[in-house]
Amino acid sequence: MMTDDTPPEKPADIPVDMEAFRARQRSRNRALGLVLAALVVLFFAITIVKMKAKGHL
Amino acid sequence: MSAMVDPTPLVMPTDWRDFFALTKPRVMSLVIFTGLCGMLAAPVSINPVLGFVAILCIAVGAGGAAALNQWWEADIDAGMKRTQARPLPAGRMDRTSARDFGFALSGGSVMVMGLAIDWLAATLLAVSIFYYAWVYTVWLKPRTPQNIVIGGGAGAFPPLIGWVAATGHVTLMPVLLFAIIFVWTPPHFWALALFVQTDYAKVGIPMMPVVAGEAATRRQILAYAVLLLPIALAPWLIGATGIVYGVSALVLGLAFIAFSLPVGTRRAVEGDRMKPEKRLFGFSILYLFALFGMLVADRFASLAGLQ
Repeated sequence: MMTDDTPPEKPADIPVDMEAFRARQRSRNRALGLVLAALVVLFFAITIVKMKAKGHL
Repeated sequence: MSAMVDPTPLVMPTDWRDFFALTKPRVMSLVIFTGLCGMLAAPVSINPVLGFVAILCIAVGAGGAAALNQWWEADIDAGMKRTQARPLPAGRMDRTSARDFGFALSGGSVMVMGLAIDWLAATLLAVSIFYYAWVYTVWLKPRTPQNIVIGGGAGAFPPLIGWVAATGHVTLMPVLLFAIIFVWTPPHFWALALFVQTDYAKVGIPMMPVVAGEAATRRQILAYAVLLLPIALAPWLIGATGIVYGVSALVLGLAFIAFSLPVGTRRAVEGDRMKPEKRLFGFSILYLFALFGMLVADRFASLAGLQ
């Protein structure tokens, strides 16, 4: 059969690909984590400023 | 046996740097700068934390609009040398991700601007994003050679939004700041279009040099450069700024005309290196940074009682 002529991904390649895949995922998660942490700090700062302006603090 | 192998290929997740690139960081630096200048030139001082939030919202909103622009124009970008390495045409990101990212940044920035700063500023931010992503990108850019004139409106919003974030209302002065960037954009962009014009012709975008021809584009560059001078002087003429800004606007405006003169009067020859056009493009960026910088310097000089 024609399709069998093209070999499937060699098993030896998969661990290397998986490693790059996981590394990319990790770097994305780190970036997203930093963005979320920054948003927490941002909203906290906005809240404090707004409460001070209204005389609640 | 191949039937045992999972047929789904392992697709690499998009690098976060490509999401960052999708926000056009270099354009964003000009947006941040003009937005900040609009805010600092306003006669009302804003709490530094809230000022930072407002500028962040303007920048993120511009980034969202840039992402939506590239989501829409991925096919066009693929056909031009200048843009074919962008994340979408280069195949490093799928279109759905770009679209969702663009909508998330746009919606998020407008919401935070409204909740933390001011709903008028948030409305203007929403209008500016809609203006760039829809009115310019989708509607007018592929239809009319006046696309850049109208598209200039999108880039003109930041100082207006910055001003409104500080003061809470629209007056003549922020509208003048809007007008300055609006009139500055055509000569700035057409200078670029003159030395990359073959690319735009290839993908069917009706840029002025492609449609109206080189001579007409050069005439219009000069016309806008001349028009820019009185508009940039207007804040001084109406008495909203002092002599520091007035003299700077005059000198910078005359220099802008001087850089536009050779561009407006010459014709490109075979194998032309387009030196005057590249010089005008470079100077136009410097012009905007310097003019808005002097606007803020003028305000600080007035506050310090120096004028």
